Amino acid sequence: MSVLVFADSSEGKFKKSAFEVVSYGKKIAEQLNTNIVAVTINADDSSELYKYGAEKVVTVSNDSLTIFNAKQYGAVITEVAKAESATVVVIDSSIDGLYLAPLVAVNLEAGCISNAVELPSNVSPFTIKRKTFSNKAFSNTVISTDVKVIGLAKNSFGIYENVVSGTTESFEAALPDAGVKSEKIEKVTGKVTIADADIVVSGGRGLKGPENWGMIEELADVLGAATACSKPVSDLGWRPHGEHVGQTGKPVASNLYIAIGISGAIQHLAGINASKVKVVINTDADAPFFKAADYGIIGDAFEVVPELIEKLKAFKTA
Amino acid sequence: MKILVCISHVPDTTSKINFTDNNTKFDTNGVQFVINPYDEFCLTRAMWFKEKQGASVTVVNVGGAETEPTLRKALAIGADKAIRINANPTDSFQVASELSEVVKKGEFDLVLTGKESADYNGQMVPGMLSALTNFNFINGCVGIEIEGTNVSATREIDGGNETLSSSLPIVIGGQKGIVEEKDLRIPNMRGIMMARKKPLEVVEPIGSTSATNIQSFEKPAPKGAVKLIDSNNVDELINLLHNEAKVI
Ligand SMILES: Cc1cc2nc3c(=O)[nH]c(=O)nc-3n(C[C@H](O)[C@H](O)[C@H](O)COP(=O)(O)OP(=O)(O)OC[C@H]3O[C@@H](n4cnc5c(N)ncnc54)[C@H](O)[C@@H]3O)c2cc1C
Ligand SMILES: Nc1ncnc2c1ncn2[C@@H]1O[C@H](COP(=O)(O)O)[C@@H](O)[C@H]1O
Repeated sequence: MSVLVFADSSEGKFKKSAFEVVSYGKKIAEQLNTNIVAVTINADDSSELYKYGAEKVVTVSNDSLTIFNAKQYGAVITEVAKAESATVVVIDSSIDGLYLAPLVAVNLEAGCISNAVELPSNVSPFTIKRKTFSNKAFSNTVISTDVKVIGLAKNSFGIYENVVSGTTESFEAALPDAGVKSEKIEKVTGKVTIADADIVVSGGRGLKGPENWGMIEELADVLGAATACSKPVSDLGWRPHGEHVGQTGKPVASNLYIAIGISGAIQHLAGINASKVKVVINTDADAPFFKAADYGIIGDAFEVVPELIEKLKAFKTA
Repeated sequence: MKILVCISHVPDTTSKINFTDNNTKFDTNGVQFVINPYDEFCLTRAMWFKEKQGASVTVVNVGGAETEPTLRKALAIGADKAIRINANPTDSFQVASELSEVVKKGEFDLVLTGKESADYNGQMVPGMLSALTNFNFINGCVGIEIEGTNVSATREIDGGNETLSSSLPIVIGGQKGIVEEKDLRIPNMRGIMMARKKPLEVVEPIGSTSATNIQSFEKPAPKGAVKLIDSNNVDELINLLHNEAKVI
């Protein structure tokens, strides 16, 4: 018996979510009185995971796996899960994680829940709280199969140091036919993505036009944040579609979300509920966003934001 | 080409979410149900395949009789045929297993699903369905073209897009981009009239069991009131974010 976590990496470097799933998996292993095993694919330095409690790391190195392929990655995790007799498998809820989890679940004949937000409240029956109804509610869900697959929602558990002296083993995985071939990857480089960001600065229709996004980008720059927008803003073509957050857009689970000129419609809030601290800047004191926010400024973005940028620059250099 | 579009019947996005029976059941009182927004994009894309390249389009839902108006709407938008698998959806594995039967029996080439359902938000059904049918699979699609049996699709990745090639048969998890919002079809009068004559077949489930079950629901704890900061005092905001919230 063991708890297996998939510690995802990009170009050899672990993603932040890798440390979070290890921290989480370690705690589940304690609950179940068993050990934790982390599996990595083409990661440079597996010993980084010892810091978060991974006693054993299984590394898979294979040039065919340089680019993510759900079926092949799923097969690797399945093989390792079987070799390690894993009864619980933890995967993050990134775009790729959510793509993988159902394949691993079917392979292992395991029940699967995604968007888990807490440790199991009970291990028998195995019960976990997850987000549901577009972040408007939670459900306490029981997984009734012998093997369980958990998709952990980003930033919901946190990263905890728990230094152990671990061991690393390499593993040769047999890869199935990929079925799907990657032809081209287009990525905006040098920009913080919404998925990775600790802070997200988001603009709405209140900003009047795309020409006014300079100050949004500058604010994001000062904070090391990603930029985002409301749906009408991307529909109007002011900003790229990839920036649209909300119920029908990207989910945001950052530590800080700053909404500027966004009214706070229910569909927008559904996508950002999981962010820890929310700030709103809006001229209209009755904008629904003020009910959802932790901090608010009733004011004109064109006055408040430039000033905020100046003051933050001073704060950062102080 | 035979296309199957999997339609989930979900509360309208403006719905207030409440629970009954000691927080064990979703309260459908006053809730309007719609085609899952992601599925709507897929249905429109299916209509384009039909019109431009020739294809038959079937829609399917796993659900009770109450979902039939949603299926009729899909027929009014232009699907040729609807199938309702007569079972209450209990979890993604059960839904995917039931759908896989329809996929195998119907010899479909292309199965379109939404990337995610707006109610249970599992993001599990498409992947499970691909694994159960042994079809190729691309999730989070924002564009797809098919020629013969060659598939070219673009999916969203963190910070960008990836273009992939594959072949039929395939399961595609789609979202906005597969068609744009402005392209979404809405039923017109003629469509609604025609939909009445189109077949809506009810099939009995194979009785697959679920691997998970919901014990209870919870709503998020009510939030404290917002702290308002004077617009002439942004220093105070920085101070609070740094010292109180500890996020900068
Ligand atoms: C099926 C469906 C799905 C949807 N999904 C999403 C989704 O995923 N994401 C999403 O965002 N929306 C979604 N929407 C749209 C949503 O209902 C709202 O229409 C949208 O969020 C509003 O965007 P907004 O706040 O930018 O614009 P508006 O509602 O126009 O608000 C603009 C705000 O800016 C303020 N303002 C104006 N001038 C200034 C100024 N100078 N300084 C500061 N503030 C100013 C105004 O007071 C106002 O509150 C969806 C809608 C539907 C029907
Ligand atoms: N009960 C259902 N009947 C038919 N299709 C469904 C059902 N539930 C989910 N789906 C499909 O699977 C997709 C993803 O759903 P989910 O895995 O629940 O997030 C949806 O967008 C639908 O296309």
